[in-house]
Amino acid sequence: MKAFSFEKPSSIEAAVAALGAEETLPLAGGMTLIPTLKQRLADCAAVVDLSGIAEMSGISLEGDMLVIGAMTRHAEVAGSDVVMKAIPALAKLAARIGDQQVRHRGTIGGSVANNDPAADYPSAVLALGADIVTSKRTISADAFFLGMFETALEPGEIIVSFRFRVPEKAGYAKFASPASRYALAGVFIAKRGDVVRAVVTGAGPCVFRAADIEDALMKDFAPHALDRISIDSTDFMSDIHADKQYRAHLAVVMAKRAVKAALEEGGS
Amino acid sequence: MSNVIGVGASPKRKEDLRFVTGRGNYVADIKRPHMKFGIFVRSPHAHALIKSVDVSAALELPGVVAVYTGADMKADNVGGLPVGWGISGKDGNPMKEPPHPPIAHDKVRYVGDAVAFVVAESVEQAEAAAELVEVDYEVLPHVVGVVEALQPGAPQLYDEVPNNLCCDWDLGDKPAVDAAFEAATHVTSIELVNQRLVGNPMEPRAAIGEYDAANGQYTLWTTSQFPHVVRLLMGEMVLGIPQHKLRVVAPDVGGGFGVKQFHYAEEAVVTWAASKLGGAVKWVCQRSEGFISDAHGRDHVTQAELALDADGKFLAMRVQTYANMGGYLSTFGPNIPTNLYAPLLSGVYVIPSIYCGVKVVFTNTVPVDAYRGAGRPEATFVVERLVDTAALEMGIDKFEIRKRNMIPASAYPYQTPVIVEYDSGDPMACLERSMDLADVASFEARRSASEAKGFYRGLGVSTYVEACGLAPSRLAGQLGARGGLYESANVRVHPSGAITVLIGTHNHGQGHETTFAQIVSERLGVPFENIDIVFGDTDKVQFGMGTYGSRSLVVGGSALNKASDKIILKGRKIAAHQFEAALDDIVFENGEFSVSGTDRKKTFSEIAGAAYVPFDFPLEELEPGLEEQAYYDPVNFTYPGGAHICEVEIDPDTGIVRLDRYTAVDDVGTVINPMIVEGQLQGGIVQGVGQALFEHGVYDEQSGQLMSGSFMDYCMPRADNLPNMVIQPHSTTCAHTPMGVKGCGECGTIGSPAAVINAVVDALKPLGVSHVDMPASPNRIWNIINHSSVRAAAE
Repeated sequence: MKAFSFEKPSSIEAAVAALGAEETLPLAGGMTLIPTLKQRLADCAAVVDLSGIAEMSGISLEGDMLVIGAMTRHAEVAGSDVVMKAIPALAKLAARIGDQQVRHRGTIGGSVANNDPAADYPSAVLALGADIVTSKRTISADAFFLGMFETALEPGEIIVSFRFRVPEKAGYAKFASPASRYALAGVFIAKRGDVVRAVVTGAGPCVFRAADIEDALMKDFAPHALDRISIDSTDFMSDIHADKQYRAHLAVVMAKRAVKAALEEGGS
Repeated sequence: MSNVIGVGASPKRKEDLRFVTGRGNYVADIKRPHMKFGIFVRSPHAHALIKSVDVSAALELPGVVAVYTGADMKADNVGGLPVGWGISGKDGNPMKEPPHPPIAHDKVRYVGDAVAFVVAESVEQAEAAAELVEVDYEVLPHVVGVVEALQPGAPQLYDEVPNNLCCDWDLGDKPAVDAAFEAATHVTSIELVNQRLVGNPMEPRAAIGEYDAANGQYTLWTTSQFPHVVRLLMGEMVLGIPQHKLRVVAPDVGGGFGVKQFHYAEEAVVTWAASKLGGAVKWVCQRSEGFISDAHGRDHVTQAELALDADGKFLAMRVQTYANMGGYLSTFGPNIPTNLYAPLLSGVYVIPSIYCGVKVVFTNTVPVDAYRGAGRPEATFVVERLVDTAALEMGIDKFEIRKRNMIPASAYPYQTPVIVEYDSGDPMACLERSMDLADVASFEARRSASEAKGFYRGLGVSTYVEACGLAPSRLAGQLGARGGLYESANVRVHPSGAITVLIGTHNHGQGHETTFAQIVSERLGVPFENIDIVFGDTDKVQFGMGTYGSRSLVVGGSALNKASDKIILKGRKIAAHQFEAALDDIVFENGEFSVSGTDRKKTFSEIAGAAYVPFDFPLEELEPGLEEQAYYDPVNFTYPGGAHICEVEIDPDTGIVRLDRYTAVDDVGTVINPMIVEGQLQGGIVQGVGQALFEHGVYDEQSGQLMSGSFMDYCMPRADNLPNMVIQPHSTTCAHTPMGVKGCGECGTIGSPAAVINAVVDALKPLGVSHVDMPASPNRIWNIINHSSVRAAAE
C-alpha cells in the first residue's frame, strides 16, 4: 500500500469539500477499495472515510418508502426488523452477501456506487425502482447503472441514502460462484400491481432488466411461467467458473427461484 | 501412575493453547535488529529472454538498500537449487537436470519466476522500488500443457532438453503386460486428467536471513517442514556455507501439505543478501505471490487400461502418464509422478502384471512437486476409476468386482508386481465395515427419494493403499534418493525426571507435541505435562529429515520409541547399581524400576535424580547423566489403506454437486491419539474433496497466465461444502514398525477424490455418462447434463 492522507469528516458538506481535492477517494466499507490499495492496483493522495457521518446511516420506514442510509452495513440491513417487515427479500439478500466480516464492514452505498457486475445490491435497487439520493440530487435507479463499474455518479458526488418503494412481492435468488461466493447469476424480482421488474446480476457486465422474464411474469406470476424462457447470452461474461450459456441458463433458474421465494411468505 | 497419558488417549493438544490465544511464533512475527525487507520482482511473462535489468531508478528511491539480480548472484558463484531425488529413464540415462538459478539471469520460464530482489528499510519502500526495476524482456512463445509441450514444434524451454522431455521413465514388465492384454476377454480404457492444484497452507511462506560477521555465522528462519534438509541443500549446494556455520530455524509453521518441504529460491536469496549487507533481511510472501511461487501439485494426463478375464478378474494394467514439472525441477519434483506413483498402481488388488510409463515434462508453469499424498492420490484415482469403469462396462456390481480382486488378508505380506511389498492389511474388512457404516443396503431408497425431488443421486466407493513412512534409506537409495530418510530423536531426562525431547520431524499442525509426549509418557511412565517436544531448530536438534510423506510418527515416533528403550536400559543400569543387583534382575514397569521378585523399587524421577548425582558410580562402567539419542531407519514403507464411500446429490438445474454422506474406514495401524487421527483424516478428506469438486490451477493457454491466481478464482473447500463424516479406523498392526503404526496424514487425500468422482459418475449414469473430470464443477456438470442426448430425449 502506498502512503495517503486520511480524513474522517462528520458531515456530508465536509466530505464533499474534502473529495474536491485531487486524487481523493471516498471510503465506505472498504471491501473493494482497501484490497485494491493494498495490492497497489490503485493509489491516491487522500482517502475520505464516510463512516463518521451520522445522517448517512440508518433504516426507517416513511409511509410506503423504506429509507436506508448509504453507510448502513449489510449486517444491519440483514438484521433489521423494519426491513424484514417491509421488504424481506432485501434483508435476506443482505444476509447472503460475502461472509460475516464483510457484512459487518461493507455498506449498501459502497456496493451500489462500486457497481461490481457480480454484486447483489444493484439488482435490488434496480428491480425495486429505488431513488438514489446523492450529495447533490436524486437519481432514479433506471438512470443510475451505466456499465461495468460505471454509474451516473459524478466525481466527488456521494450516495447519501436509498429510497425503496415497498413492493407487493419481491424475491431474490442467486447462484454463488463456488470460489468467490459472488453471484454467477442472481435475479431480483419485484411485483407491484401489474408491473413486474426482473433484474439480473452477475451474468452480464452490468445489472439489467430481463424483458422476456418480466413479460412472462406479468402474464402469470409463477415459476412455471418461465419454463420456456431463454435469455440471449451474447453479451454475458464468460470465465473459468461459468460460460455464457451456463450463466444465461442460471439466470432463468434463479428467476424461477426468486418468484417462488416472492410467493412464499417473506420472500427470498 | 497418575498423569500418564499414553497410547489410545485423546488429551487436548498441548500446542493449541498458544495457537488459539495468538501466542504462536511464526517467521513473519520475528523481528531482528536493523532488519531490512525484501520484495521480489517477478516475471509477468511465461517465457522470455532477459535482455537487461536496469535497477538504477529503483536504487534512487528513499530507503532502498540494494537491488540484486540473477547476474549478481551468478557473479558471486551462487549455485542452482538442487534436486533431492533423481530418476533415470527407461534408456538408463539420468533425467535432464538443467540449472535452476535462485534468480533468473538469462531467461524466465514461468509467470512468477524471480528476476530481481529489492531490499529496503521498509516493505513499502521495497514495493515502490520494485515497480521501478526495468526488465527488458524478449518475449518467447510459451507452452503450459503437458501434452502440448511434447508436440513437434512446441516452444522449447531449454536448449539441452529436446522436446521438453526431462525423463521418459517406466516401471514393470511390458512384454508380460502386453501378452496379458492379448489374452484378455475384456479391456477397459480410460483417459483422465489429474488437474493442477495449489496447496495454499494457511500461513504463506516467509524467510529471514541473517549474517553475523563477528563469527561468520548465518541464520535462516524459514517456513519449512524440514529445516535440517534446507541447511544441507542450501548450505552445501547453493551458498557454500559450512554446516556448522549455518543455523536454520523453522518455528511455528501454519500448515505445509508439502508446499513447505522444498528448498526454495527465496531462502537462498535472503540468506545471500544478508551476507552481502551484513545484517538481517526479511521476506514475507503475499497470498497472490504464493499462488505463482509456491510449488504446485498433481497436473497429470493419463491413459490407462485394465485387462480382465470373463469373470471380471484383473489380468494386467497398462498406464501411460504425462507429468508436468513446470519450468524447473523442484526439490522432489521428478520423484513424485514416478517412484511415489507407479509402485502404488496395484492398489489393494491382485493384478498379476503392471506396466507404467511416465513422461516427465517441462512447461512454462510454476514448478510442480509433492502436495499432500504426492503421487499416491494420482495412482489411486487411476486404479479406482479403471475398476469402476470396468464394472460398469462388464455389468458387475462395483463392490463385487472389488471383492473379487482384492488381496485377501491371508496373502499378506503381499509382493506386488511394482516393487513394493505390503507388510500388513485387511482391505476386505475395511470395505465391508465401510459398507455397513455407509448403509449401502438402503442406498436405492435414498436414490428414489432424491429422484422424487428431481435430483440425481450417486454412490461412489474407493479403496486405496499408500506407501508412506518415508522411507527405508536402502530402498530409497536404489530408487535415486540423494540422501537417507531415517529420523533422529533425543530424549533428555532432567534431574527432576521431566523430559525434553528433541526430534528431527517438524510439527506444523499435526499435533506432534501431543502425540510424541503420549509415547514418552506411556513408555517412561512420566506425567504427560512433564514432557516437552522441541523441533525445528538445527542448533537444538541434532539432525532430522523433517515431516512429509506421513513419516513423522512412523519414522520419528519410532526413533523416539528407540531412544526411550535406551533410556530404560540406562535407568536399569543405574538402578542395578543402586540396588546392588544384577542388571537382568531389574525390571521397569509403570514408571518404576524394581528388583524382580522383591518390593525394592525406585521411581523414574528418583533414578533420573541419581543419574546426575553420581557420587558412587563405577565410572568405568556407568556414565553420569540420562540422555539418549536414537536414529531409526525403517526396513520398509508402511502401507495404510482403507475404503471410502460417499453419496452425492446433483441438482440438474444448476449442476451443483452436493456431498451428502461420507464414510471412511482406514487402516492406519496403531492409533496413538484417536482425536488427532480423526482430525488428520477429516482434513485429508476435505482436501481430496477439494480436488474432486472445487480446486483447479488453471493456466490460460494464450497468455500463459495463472487464471486461478487468488481465492476469488481458486476455489477452496469450505465447511458448508462438507457433511458430517463417519470416520472409523479399522487397523491391522504394521509388521515392522516397533509400535505397529502406519501413518495417517495423507490417507484422506488419497482415498477421497476417486470416491467422490465415482459417486458423481454413478449419479449421472442414467444419462450415459461414464467419466467426469475433476473438478466436478457446476458448469462442467451442467454442460454434461445439458448435452446429454438421454435427457433431451426424455424432455
